[in-house]
Amino acid sequence: MNTTETDMARFSELVKALVPEAEIHEGKQFAEITVPPASLLAAAEALKENPDTRCDYLINLTGVDYGTELGVIYHLGSSKHGQIIVLKTKTPERANPVLESVCGIWRTAEFHEREAYDLLGIRFSNHPDLRRLFLDDTWGFPLRKDYVDDTNTAANGEDRE
Amino acid sequence: MAKIENEAAYGGAEEQNEYVINIGPQHPSTHGVLRLVVTLQGEIVKNVQPHVGYIHRGIEKMCESITYPQIIHLTDRMDYLSAHMNNEAVCLAVENALEMEIPDRIKVIRTLMSELTRIQSHQLFWATYGMDMGGQTCFFYGLRDREKILDIFEETTGGRMIVSYNCLGGVMYDLHPNFRKRVKDFIKYFRSIIHEYDAILTGNIIFRERTMGIGPLTLDDAVSFGVTGPSGRASGFSCDIRKHAPYSAYDRVIFNEVLLTEGDTYSRYLVRMEEMKESMNIIDQLIDNIPEGAHAVKMKPVIKLPEGEYYQRVETARGELGVFIISDGNKNPCRVKFRSPNLVNLGVLNHISKEFKIADLIAIAGSLDFVIPDIDR
Repeated sequence: MNTTETDMARFSELVKALVPEAEIHEGKQFAEITVPPASLLAAAEALKENPDTRCDYLINLTGVDYGTELGVIYHLGSSKHGQIIVLKTKTPERANPVLESVCGIWRTAEFHEREAYDLLGIRFSNHPDLRRLFLDDTWGFPLRKDYVDDTNTAANGEDRE
Repeated sequence: MAKIENEAAYGGAEEQNEYVINIGPQHPSTHGVLRLVVTLQGEIVKNVQPHVGYIHRGIEKMCESITYPQIIHLTDRMDYLSAHMNNEAVCLAVENALEMEIPDRIKVIRTLMSELTRIQSHQLFWATYGMDMGGQTCFFYGLRDREKILDIFEETTGGRMIVSYNCLGGVMYDLHPNFRKRVKDFIKYFRSIIHEYDAILTGNIIFRERTMGIGPLTLDDAVSFGVTGPSGRASGFSCDIRKHAPYSAYDRVIFNEVLLTEGDTYSRYLVRMEEMKESMNIIDQLIDNIPEGAHAVKMKPVIKLPEGEYYQRVETARGELGVFIISDGNKNPCRVKFRSPNLVNLGVLNHISKEFKIADLIAIAGSLDFVIPDIDR
């Protein structure tokens, strides 16, 4: 969705009113909201409950390793409006990263968060059943950039062009 | 029964008279290596814990070390029954990121191929679902007709299931000279025979008794669990990406988004039956209007995406596939995430199977139409 400038300004105001700590900017495709981890849950709840956004559909949840920080990107859709809003949060903690679980808001988050925990080691507090999803406990967290793959050479594509 | 060391991970048998059984990972009704740990009280399902990852290949991790044209060929191996749409999703994501103009001919070819893929996927669903429900004939009827589409694919793309037909900027090869005639022949044939599908299974009293009212999913729950595709639309969740965010040639064809409201196993089945007819309507509108021109735009040998984040949604035969690419400006992506419709749909299984009988669990899981490699990736 391409928002016009006035739409964007209105949207910024709306989100600022809901979550004062939020930083809003217009991304290449969607409006993006960045919040500190502490206000993640409040922001998610507000975006779902507010009648102007009504983000009742969590399309996608992506765990990301930015090198120094770990983060989660939420793509929020709506069954009423059809717009997509991107919600982002980052945590500088790498040894024991903990974010609030959004399972209570969108039930689909349960598997998404288990996947993010499995592959990136991000823990979600208040998750009803946080277990690894694909791998067993002997693995590290393969999607982290500092993960060293000792055994599997098939993923090493250095010399492929 | 052997003692289970980590009881909590299995859903656990909390109350007396409850016991735990394993279905899968090798079981015909799971359609692949899916393992369901089921807590039962008598015949009644109390809890279903899916265990996945048996064919986790780390596709997202592999994507980080290969180039964009190479990624396309990995996506065939996710939802292999929607191979063409998976390819298309990556192509669209990259092409949109590069702000490329794609000629009409390519858009029409991609749309035609997507709809043929959707039909063959739903045919296979019908075939195997009939078999799950005890109707062996369905399997032979379904595969017989699906074979005709696979032959069309083979002639043009060289592949039958894993087609790898898309490439960045277009499609790999031009359409085979026979393509138009064979597609038209197939549509004519399938229209004349699809009533048999209804006669054999849809109208069968045993089948109806086993599916109607079983595993109902409300609209609110469908949205909250993010259940998309035919399974979501059976609950009235209007989630067809072809309608809401049209890509390729979907903005120039007229078709209905099939929506039902009951949300039970039978409606999930019906949506797919109707979608096959809608797909044939889409093909009808395009097959005689394929614009002339080249089948691919010339691309640079090394493709680098500008720094940024790109999200592309397409409608596969099972729901919304999302491709999320984070690029740091190199020829390899920094992070790729596939929003797999099957993994998300699997999340609802426990919710809708509770308090039904174990035989109903097979009906419910079948109606969600899982493709396991797409769950595991």
